[in-house]
Amino acid sequence: MNKEMPLTGAQSVAHAMRQINPDVVAAFPITPQTDIMMNFAKFHSDGKVDTELVRVESEHSAMSCCVGASAAGARAMTATASAGLALMWEILGVASGSRLPIAMAVVNRALSSPINIHCDHSDSMGCRDHGWIQIYNETNQEAYESVFLAVKLAEKVMLPCMICLDGFITSHGVQNVTLHDDKQMKGFVRDYEPKKWLLNTDDPHTVGPLELQDYYFETQKQRADAMIQAKEEYLKIGKELARITGNEYPLFEEYQMDDAEAVVIVMNSTAGNTKAVIDKMRKDGKKVGLLKPRLFRPFPYKEIAEALKHKKYTAVLDRSESYGANAPLYAEIKSALYEADSKPKLKSYIFGLGGRNILEPDIEKVYDELLSGKFDHLETGYIGLRGE
Amino acid sequence: MNYKQLVNKPQKLAPGHRSCAGCGFPPIVRTVLASTDSPIVASCATGCLEVTTTIYPFTSWKIPFIHSAFENSAATISGVEAAYKALKRSGKIPKDKEIKFVAFGGDGGTFDIGLQSLSGALERGHDFVYVLYDNEAYMNTGIQRSSGTPMGASTTTAPAGKVHQGKEEWKKDMAKIAVAHNIPYVAQASVHNPIDLSMKAEKAFSTKGPAFLIVFQPCQTGWKYPMEKTMEIAKLAVESKFWPLYEVENGKYKLNYKPSKNVPIEEYLKPQGRYKHLFRPDNKQIIEKIQQHVNEEWEKLVNLCRD
Repeated sequence: MNKEMPLTGAQSVAHAMRQINPDVVAAFPITPQTDIMMNFAKFHSDGKVDTELVRVESEHSAMSCCVGASAAGARAMTATASAGLALMWEILGVASGSRLPIAMAVVNRALSSPINIHCDHSDSMGCRDHGWIQIYNETNQEAYESVFLAVKLAEKVMLPCMICLDGFITSHGVQNVTLHDDKQMKGFVRDYEPKKWLLNTDDPHTVGPLELQDYYFETQKQRADAMIQAKEEYLKIGKELARITGNEYPLFEEYQMDDAEAVVIVMNSTAGNTKAVIDKMRKDGKKVGLLKPRLFRPFPYKEIAEALKHKKYTAVLDRSESYGANAPLYAEIKSALYEADSKPKLKSYIFGLGGRNILEPDIEKVYDELLSGKFDHLETGYIGLRGE
Repeated sequence: MNYKQLVNKPQKLAPGHRSCAGCGFPPIVRTVLASTDSPIVASCATGCLEVTTTIYPFTSWKIPFIHSAFENSAATISGVEAAYKALKRSGKIPKDKEIKFVAFGGDGGTFDIGLQSLSGALERGHDFVYVLYDNEAYMNTGIQRSSGTPMGASTTTAPAGKVHQGKEEWKKDMAKIAVAHNIPYVAQASVHNPIDLSMKAEKAFSTKGPAFLIVFQPCQTGWKYPMEKTMEIAKLAVESKFWPLYEVENGKYKLNYKPSKNVPIEEYLKPQGRYKHLFRPDNKQIIEKIQQHVNEEWEKLVNLCRD
């Protein structure tokens, strides 16, 4: 039976994990992810899951444990944030390179240094080229449902998948979340049935071999192909999930885009603030819209270019820097538009690093700037930065 | 197990791998794997063992095998073992099917970069055997010093020169570190004595919970001696008391072998090129220091075994 209840994003993810009842979960605390594992551990202690919960001594071992478990034939999950994700970095590549469908919630948080516990996307952006599917989530509901989608998608294309949600904002903010029926969700993910698994000792195989010049390149091409395939599979599995949840799982969400002249592109929780700004500005007759990417890896270049082709002005709001280069989301959007016959004037903004608030007037200012047509599209804008 | 039984066991590590002639780890791996008749899954740290046995599309492993990275052989097998428990519970693996788990690592991957992962896995009590093949340096990358390198040995990152005479610190006592985790079984063995090694591996596999084996493994490339002398050098290490064979069962120490005559440490050091510089007259005191250290450590061990 469906149940609507006030939950934090962390609790929502933990509930998804409870319903999935993974075979193995590796847990290590890191702010602001910890609440996911604390909630899941309670489910475990209360016997609501019969997961093998491994309380590892580091995130490096958390991912290593998931690699071992997944290769062994188990459905394996974990969650992390910030420095924890950075510590996993090497093993993230092992997971995707070994084609292991591990699912992991990433509660986005700034990276050191200086140390900061609040939200930005520098952690997951830092590993965007590591062969993990990345799904970004605006609300607690999205984060909850994405966990199911991620598990199924990962197992379909044999690539690991991260479910990204904003640290404290989403992970600790309470929203009403509809928890779908346990049985239905279990039925949706079904059991994991690997083709090759280490614990099938009658059919021994070697995982993680040495590949030299003669094979390594081909393996990487296969990994790249699987990632491309993930886009279609995401849509297919999303449609299947939509039949249960009634929600949609597009590559990106479009809000008031039909006649929009000025478009803001932003991921995760900030998209919510942007929608509020749009509602307000639309009342004043301003043609503003939002494009919210959900699937960041693989990146839907063609589809986004199509969605933006007749727009006049577009601003890309990145919650992470790429020092000495275009900001990550901006770089992708710019790249998507290169082949388009008609394209908007594009501007990059950086916002919210280390949890710096972004308020509705800040976003309104961006739209006003776009609509005025008087902006230097070559210069990066910084929203809410002192001294600007 | 006697020699005849041992050699007649099914070979779980196939020949044709690419380790150096005279390398010690193939007999170590074969002996360890032969010491259980249960199905067995192995994990391995990055290193000589991994890269010489798994060159795609070939593999020497006739058992399920996983290599993940350099520093996480123990954490990886933790995951495999956790999966075993979970899949047994869910019925995907028959309730009566017993599978054993073994993690292999060299000294660098165990004493140094993998110490945390190993410590975590031992503390959590996973039911597995960790086998450290100790060749006393980072051999796979070209004989660099590890914390398992003994004092006085010349390596490429602690070479003997005009001012420094090789490694200047003592070898880390890995067995003690393992014992300090209060795990049920820890043992030191050597490649030249497969019966002792096999007895220890059998015990390790039959122990519920983590077991830790350190196996002495001379490396002809890194230690610079003729390739046919591996077993002889390993034996000299034991006879000279440099490498005592002992085990610690539930905290209780037991000496497995007491050399019948005193073999001075020079006899062990001399055939090895990595100690060549110690035999210069001006380095005599280093050999004396090593001898003194060996004597002291042996005394301490004997006392522990007496308690």
